[in-house]
Order: sequence, then C-alpha cells, then structure tokens
Amino acid sequence: MKRYLYFWKRCLKIAFVGDWRYYGWLGILLIIILGGVNAYAKQYLLGLGTTGMSDQVSWGVYIANFTFLVGMAAAAVMLVIPVYIYKNEELHDLVIFGELLAVAAILMCLAFVTVDLGRPDRFWHLIPGIGIFHFPGSMLSWDVLVLNGYLLINLHICGYHIYCRYCGRKPSNWLSIPVVFLGILWAVSIHTITAFLYVGLGGRHFWNSAVLGPRFIASAFTAGPAFIILTLQIIRQFSDYHVPDRALFTLRSIVQIAMPINMFLLINELFTEFYTTDRNSASSHYLFLGLHGHHALVPWIWTAIGLNITSMILLMLPLSRRLKWLDTACILAVIGIWIEKGMGMVVPGFVPTPIGEIVEYTPSKNEVLICLGIWAFGFFCYTIFLRMAVPILHGKLSRANEPAEANLT
Amino acid sequence: MADLNTEEGITRRSFLRATTAAAAGAAALTSALAPLRNIGDFPSVEEFIQKHYTELTPAQLTTVLGRIENEVQKEYGIRPHVRALKPMNGVEFVYALNLSRCCGCRKCVHACVAENNQSRSPEVQYIRVLKMPNDGRFDLESGDHNYNPESVPVPGHFFMPIQCHHCKNPPCVKVCPVKATWQEPDGITVIDYDWCIGCRYCEAACPYFARRFNFTEPSIPKEKINPNMSYLGNRPRHKGVMEKCHFCVQRTRAGQYPACLEACPTGSRKFGNILDPDSEVSYILKNKRVMILKEELGTLPRFFYYFDV
Repeated sequence: MKRYLYFWKRCLKIAFVGDWRYYGWLGILLIIILGGVNAYAKQYLLGLGTTGMSDQVSWGVYIANFTFLVGMAAAAVMLVIPVYIYKNEELHDLVIFGELLAVAAILMCLAFVTVDLGRPDRFWHLIPGIGIFHFPGSMLSWDVLVLNGYLLINLHICGYHIYCRYCGRKPSNWLSIPVVFLGILWAVSIHTITAFLYVGLGGRHFWNSAVLGPRFIASAFTAGPAFIILTLQIIRQFSDYHVPDRALFTLRSIVQIAMPINMFLLINELFTEFYTTDRNSASSHYLFLGLHGHHALVPWIWTAIGLNITSMILLMLPLSRRLKWLDTACILAVIGIWIEKGMGMVVPGFVPTPIGEIVEYTPSKNEVLICLGIWAFGFFCYTIFLRMAVPILHGKLSRANEPAEANLT
Repeated sequence: MADLNTEEGITRRSFLRATTAAAAGAAALTSALAPLRNIGDFPSVEEFIQKHYTELTPAQLTTVLGRIENEVQKEYGIRPHVRALKPMNGVEFVYALNLSRCCGCRKCVHACVAENNQSRSPEVQYIRVLKMPNDGRFDLESGDHNYNPESVPVPGHFFMPIQCHHCKNPPCVKVCPVKATWQEPDGITVIDYDWCIGCRYCEAACPYFARRFNFTEPSIPKEKINPNMSYLGNRPRHKGVMEKCHFCVQRTRAGQYPACLEACPTGSRKFGNILDPDSEVSYILKNKRVMILKEELGTLPRFFYYFDV
C-alpha cells in the first residue's frame, strides 16, 4: 500500500515537470478552462437562458459534443482488439494510450452532461440507492450506468497495467484479460445505448431509425482511430517513446473499413428519407436542403459530407501510406464526423418541432466558451495522463530507480 | 518533455515556485468564479435534502407545504394556500376539444397563464394554438403559431389548440431518469418541480410540444399571483425545471373545471370523468366524430379532438 501511494506521488510529481513547451501548453489549456469556468458560473447564475437553446430546440452543442465524445471513448477498443484478439503484441503499449484517451473522453462526456442540467445541484437524485434511479425504464439511466462503468473499467485497465510496468512485473491474466474483454463489449454498449437515447423517441422521426445505432458505431470507429493516429504521432514527436509505423497503419486499415461503412449507412438513411414522400422526413429536408426558407444547417452538413468523402478517397488511395496524407485524411474525418454527428444529428431532430414550428438554433457565445473549456479540460487530462504513462512504459520511472530516501521496504 | 533528472527533492527555489503558481492559480479561479457572488437563491438545506413527493410521509408533506408557503410569501408578499390534493377514487379525467367551434381567440391561453402562475417574462404558455388553413390538408407544418389577426375567427382557417395530452402511455414519463414526472391514478401526468434535475429528456420525448422548461428565473408581478396553489400544480416554479399543463390539478381535484375551459367563449372545451358513463365527455366519445392527434405513435392520449355532426 505504502509503495502504491509512493507510486502515485511520483506520478503526480512528474505530471507537472516538463520543458517550456509543456508548461506553455498546459498554461494555454488552463486559461481556456478558466474561461469555461467563468462562462459556467454565469450560466449557473442566470440559467440555461444564457445558451441558444429554447423549448423548441431543447438540446444543443452540449449534447452534440457529448454524443461525439462517447464515440471517441468507445473507439479506444479499436486499439485493444488487434492486440488481444489478433495477438499483435507489438501494439501492446498503445492499448494504454487508447484507454487513457477513453478516460479523458468519458470525463468530458460527464462534464458536458453536467453543464446541460438545469439543476446540477440535484445530481444526487440520479445516484442509485440515494436518489430515485429510473432503471431500466429510462435510457438515460442506462447511459449513466454504462458510462460510469466504462470509466471504471478503463481506469482499472490503465492503472493496473501501468502499475505493473512500474513494478517491473507482468500483469496477472486473471486481473486483466477478463476486464479487457468486458471493456470491448462495454465500448460497443456505451455507444449503442447513447444511440438508443435518441432512437427510443417515437415522436422524433429523424432519430427513430434503426440505422442510427450502426451509424453511431461506424462513425465512432472512424473518428476515434483517426484521432488516435494523430495523437500517436504527437507522442512520437514530443517524447522519446517509439511508436512504430506499423501501429499507425493498423489503425489506418481500421479507418479504411469504418469510413466506407459509415458512408454506406448514410446513403441508406438518405434513400429512406428522400425517395419516399411521406411527411416524416421534414427534419432531413431541413438538414440537407432547408425547410420553408430555413437552412442554417445546410452548409454545415454538406461541408461534413464533403470532408468525409475527401477523407475516404484519400484513405483508399495508396497515397495515404505517406504519413502527411494519412494525417490530412484523419483530420478531415474527425472534423467531418464531429459536424455530422454533433450538430448534424442532434439539432435537426428538433426542427421542425413535433407540431410543425420551425425555430433555428445557434449556440451562444457563453455556450461556446463552456464547450471550449470542457475540451481544454479533456486535453489537459489526457496530457497529464500521458506525461505520467510515457516514462513508465519507457522504463524511466520504475521501482528500480526509486530514490533511496523513499525507504519503503 | 523534460527528463526525469528534474525529479528532485524540495528545494527552496522549487518551493517558492510552487507556492507562486498555486497562489496565481487560486486567484485566477476566484476571479473566474466571480459571477457566483451575485447568487441570491441557493436552495435551502431542507429543499436540497427533500425526498420525492411520493415518498414523503404526511408529516413531512405538511412541513414541505409550509416551507413553500413561507418561500412564496417571502418572494411575493402574499400568503398562499398550498395544498396537495389527492386523486379522487373512481375518477379518470379526459379532455375533449371541439375543432368545429374553436375560434382561435386564445382566451384559454391567457386564463391558463393567470391561473397557473406562469412566468410573464419570459412568457411561458402551456397551450399553443395553431391557425390552420382550410386547404384540403391537415398538416401541422402549415399551421401558423404566431398568428395575430384583427379579429377572430379568420375566414379560410380553423384553429387547433394543443396542450399536454395526458397520455396513458406517456413517452415523457418513460424517459425521465429520476421519475420526476409520473401519471397519477386520475390520469393527470404531473411533475415534482422539487425533484426535476432539468435534463429536458422529457421535452425531447413529447410528441405534442407540451412541455416548457424554465430557461431563466420566472418572473410574475406580485399582484398577478394566484394564491390558491397546489404542490403538483400551480405553485411558482424556479429556473432549471420543467413544467406543463396539469389539468389545473388545484381546481379539478376540488370539483372545479380547468381554467381554460371556463374561459372558452365558444364552449369548445369539455372536461370530465370518463369512468362516469353519464358524463359529458363520455357522451362525446360515444356520439361524436373523434380524432386523436398522432394516434399512430401509440401514446393513447386522454385529450380528444371532436367535430360537430
């Protein structure tokens, strides 16, 4: 126990040690976080009226980002599967980077849900046992369970593996393999259940579609690995940890498969919505073509589709074996899917309202500041996690080199 | 990133540096949180730890009602009478609205606002009236929500008021993660404003656009307060919680009609007990041409539209 606490002490200490670039980066993130805290203080004081939301469009960028980030968290398993199912041992350490990303993403998800609440002081009503938890009736209660469960699973996998590495021993299979496989199933479940939040609403035809769940998974397994490809290169650049090119190309092949599936499912959705002439496709008309002179989202969705198609073509071409092009394709995919799945999925579900009113939504400045703050918080967490994990994986921070004064024997 | 060589014991310099950084951080955080200085309405401890309405013992309920009366008196200078009327046995309320007669005057909307202590700024209204063209269609998308004519009725149009349908199979109740909204035995779907966490999932789920969220602190002029209040009904709400039509629970459970019905100059609105075969609503459902809005969703509303035949 004493040793474990000392391990944490060393980790925390190293987390705040770095060169000027490291401090600069953390400093910038902290400033953005404080901006978000300030904006949230205003929202807490004045209510959600400080956002662009209304009775007509009652969820906005908070829930949009939440949905996107659940996908990012779920995609962490895309690093786990090659290692544990296909025994690609070379990528073993990268699992840790993926799961740390999942932890940071879930923390951001929880933050986004919290800032969306009208009465955050009553969050305890949601705690099973103390409050009243509407399980299994409400899909939101399922989401609370699976998200927190996923957070714990990933914290366990990361924490346990990193500590074992620190002590220089092999992780026990009993303590890790079952949890890893549980984590794989759980990853699919968090995103499916997040899709069910929307799919389960019979009065919103735009969401009440069986293909929404598969689309969520496909887009998550595109944007997630694409984001990890970019992250791994940053790790390679700013630390002396060696990330093999093979790791990047394994991820590339995942994105190469997931992106066309994502586009295929989108085509299915579009066909169903536009070929038939029933009256239930008003939201799709609003999103893709504009409705009764309202078309705030039209440029966004076509930008997203353009980015996705360009990214898909780049990924298919041999050109994307060159890292520069692979990076371009990944950046386009992440942005494209963020738009498509965030604003392009949440907002049109509300326009028009179920009784035919059209009210458009634009996030307010305060709302955007809160979002930026939460994103900066996520990056801050991920940076700190990596700063702790990399030296341990590298063997620079280990039990063997504990300073003599620790005297833990 | 810096190397591990920087890991060292506490020196005087690193101690000073850490202290300075911590002080600067604390100062920055304090100034970021500055807006909270103006907060005047932190929830009281009693409200914070209060249990769900259905779990309150009679003694606790009395205390809660007293607390609410005190709070209303403090805020509006009027001593209200806050009750928690129970549903009556053998009663299931339904509403019937005559689309052939409704003239679109919106008197129901304003009577509802006055009765139910709804916020005047921003305006919160439970009833939305649509002006629909007589053009051979029945398409809600062609309805005008913000019509403002010189006089009503308007030739070439009919009017369709929409409010909470008090569904037997309510999507809003199904999705609420904390059971802050539920169906009472007399068919009224109610909200515990002291339990709602403000996630707005019910608002997304409702196919009738019946729910209203308090995006800011409601404001009601003191002289406009209706002091006849009920816990599940028209007591003043605070920001951050959901509200909606509750069939005027403070009136209907005491044997009165809802305010919207009493205000209607054309007699388009009918309300009563569907379990009583001799009630007016029973007669309408048995003898008139009845329409249910969005029947295909399977929500089984207790709100019916009918036509003169």
